[in-house]
Amino acid sequence: MDTNQYLEMFLDESKEHLQACNEHLLELEKNPDDLAIVNEVFRSAHTLKGMSATMGYEDIADLTHKMENVLDAIRNSKISVTTEILDVVFKAVDYLEEMVFDIEAGGTGKKDVQQLVNALNQIEAGQAVTSSVEETAASIITIEPSKTNNASMLHYDDYEMTVISQSQEQGFNAFEVTIGLRQDCLLKAARVFMIFEILEKSGEIIKSKPNVEQLENEDFDEEFTVVLLTKEDAASLEAKVMKVSEVESVNVYPITDFSNSESNQSEEDTLTQVPAEKAKIESAKEEPSSNKSKRTTNSHNANKTIRVNIDRLDILMNLFEELVIDRGRLQSIASDLHNSDLNETVERMTRVSGDLQNIILNMRMIPVETVFNRFPKMVRQLARDLDKKVNLEITGAETELDRTVIDEIGDPLVHLIRNALDHGIETPAERKAKGKPEEGTVSLRAYHSGNHVFIELEDDGAGVNKERVLKKAIERGIVTEEIAETLTERQIAELILASGFSTAEKITDVSGRGVGLDVVKSTIESLGGYITIDSKEGQGSLFQVQLPLTLSIISVMLVNLNKDIYAIPLSSIIETAIIQTSDILNAHNQKVIDFRGSIVPLVDLKGIFEMDNLHQSEEYQSVVIVRKGDKLAGLVVDSFIGQQEIVLKSLGNYLQSVFAISGATILGNGQVALIVDCNSLIK
Amino acid sequence: MAEVNGAVDRKEMKVIIFQLMDKEYAIEVDVVEAIEKLLPITKVPKTPSYVKGVINLRGVVTPIVDLRERFGLEVKSLDDSSRIIIVSLDEFEVGLIVDAANDVIDIPVDSIEPQPEVVGAVESEFISGVAKIDKRLLVMLNLEKVLQPIKRMTSDEL
Repeated sequence: MDTNQYLEMFLDESKEHLQACNEHLLELEKNPDDLAIVNEVFRSAHTLKGMSATMGYEDIADLTHKMENVLDAIRNSKISVTTEILDVVFKAVDYLEEMVFDIEAGGTGKKDVQQLVNALNQIEAGQAVTSSVEETAASIITIEPSKTNNASMLHYDDYEMTVISQSQEQGFNAFEVTIGLRQDCLLKAARVFMIFEILEKSGEIIKSKPNVEQLENEDFDEEFTVVLLTKEDAASLEAKVMKVSEVESVNVYPITDFSNSESNQSEEDTLTQVPAEKAKIESAKEEPSSNKSKRTTNSHNANKTIRVNIDRLDILMNLFEELVIDRGRLQSIASDLHNSDLNETVERMTRVSGDLQNIILNMRMIPVETVFNRFPKMVRQLARDLDKKVNLEITGAETELDRTVIDEIGDPLVHLIRNALDHGIETPAERKAKGKPEEGTVSLRAYHSGNHVFIELEDDGAGVNKERVLKKAIERGIVTEEIAETLTERQIAELILASGFSTAEKITDVSGRGVGLDVVKSTIESLGGYITIDSKEGQGSLFQVQLPLTLSIISVMLVNLNKDIYAIPLSSIIETAIIQTSDILNAHNQKVIDFRGSIVPLVDLKGIFEMDNLHQSEEYQSVVIVRKGDKLAGLVVDSFIGQQEIVLKSLGNYLQSVFAISGATILGNGQVALIVDCNSLIK
Repeated sequence: MAEVNGAVDRKEMKVIIFQLMDKEYAIEVDVVEAIEKLLPITKVPKTPSYVKGVINLRGVVTPIVDLRERFGLEVKSLDDSSRIIIVSLDEFEVGLIVDAANDVIDIPVDSIEPQPEVVGAVESEFISGVAKIDKRLLVMLNLEKVLQPIKRMTSDEL
């Protein structure tokens, strides 16, 4: 058997366990005395070790083993938790993550871990630590004594009996090992394979029930039994098998039915060993096992889930997009034909496909947690590097976003957080002088609102220094002095997002990497989102990022420009209006209108798109009021057509970045309509 | 075009022949996805004049380039014999408007010669060589050069 087919599972689980390690270590730092947390970390590390050893990644197994030793020492109160020790352990987890990612990228997962292993050894040796893997592993086993006296459950033929008795004469023990998998175990065959791999290292498997073929086809319930000839004792076998994930129980019974003196002997050995082992672990067992039972009940209550390859979801999405295009076509045919039966059917279909769309889109949604969960560790590390005290508060991590957005949003958020820590939060001394608590607070919030998801990053740091920002912006030629005087506070704060701007006076390696916040801004805008800053000097800043729920199907307003049809995303539209040409005012060669009390500049779309103006001097003009952040503009169009759900298509790589066009879509009649990018029309 | 030059080890190559004005041009058949009759074209504003717009090619939005304008030749309105040749390069697909697409033939690779200097004119940089088959002179196109991606022009900044 080849281990390749289990690689994906190994990677997924490793990442989960590493993430669990990270989270618990952070918790541990806050409550250094809570040994229950150490146990959690230990369990994750332990599983990881078992899996990586099975998969043949020795470096990972080595490093986790050393880490385990240190954790064990902590757990047994032989060393106490200090920041220095945690630093080394965090580093170890980092290394493990790197190795796992390397394996995922097709690498060997090898890495020079010697230095780190030495550091871990030092910590461990700082006190006399005796850690035994077997012992600790045994502590998470629930031994069921009632079953240990059960007689053999299998039927052996003559040949098998001869083999067993012969090997017993040679000093091997024969065991029936009954292994129970968790009910929610997904890939039973994989677990069986891992278990066989482990057992075959310790001895020889001569029989299994059900047979190997059935096991490979997952043709069994939760339990299976193998007969093993080995020189190892029952407890260590049990411990080894328990290392495999999703194994619920392991019971090892010595085979003594066809007894001779040797086998009696060995039986006695194991029988005396088992109670001894049991006594040793009884005390340690209590807490973990209660945890364990709690966890199993949790997983029983949880919804059943399956892992689906994202490619399949993408294919499903593409097919659905085709359907949406045809739905549009049907709607336009139906509205031409005025056949009530047809209309009714089309309406029904529209409703059903609407529901279908929601479901498909929901399937692609994943919680922002997957992005957020790497931040606590990052903030901790940064705060230590910068000698600042920072508390990161995360709320709304369960908020869901389309996977495509999630993939892209990580880097901009990292940038914003680095910025907040580096430039926002002051040093403890400065904070004290200002009468703030020494520890700065950074809050990261995510929430749904309408068709959008908002992610906010708020810090209680220094805020944006307006004078410095203005001075710099004028120096760099981003604004002129005249314009600078007219800017509002918010507009000044938003200057730090302009390209060619970077406020750090000295370049630090935290956020002064030569890439400014303008990259953040452009990434977010390329996702169809906005970023705004609200900052009060001395009190902190609030960065608000608004993101669309999904990128592939959007609602638009279709409009006419001459004979062409253009689409304006509904998310940018405030409202539509028809105004009298006489109401258009002129301000500095810029046409403006008075729209509900505020002056809104008009943008002549046909002029921008260099089209002939066929409808010049009409009495009335159709205007779509759009916004970007809190700025408004009125787009002058020939006429409104209506609202429609459309599928966003890219213009391809040949036409890169066409001005004011963010993409295209295919209309019901098969024609292509271009989508207006309102963001680039408003400065 | 790399494919054409890299085909030296083959004795013959299959090419599609199309017409612009009175000249015959050839592109290797491997890069051609389809040859279409005219489809409705949606104009894309603020692009070079030779980019005629985009079409809906079986659900894929495909840009269309008028080769006459690209080569600076006299512009002619489209008629029944006009064809769109869909070519697929590494990064993208583009449709080329040509006067007519005539046939597919095999040409011996060694009949391709570097372009003679006399060809001159704007289009010479788009040519990778010429092939003489019987009495026909086929101009081999360098598609990579003809179809440089369109980036936003600086004058487009508001």
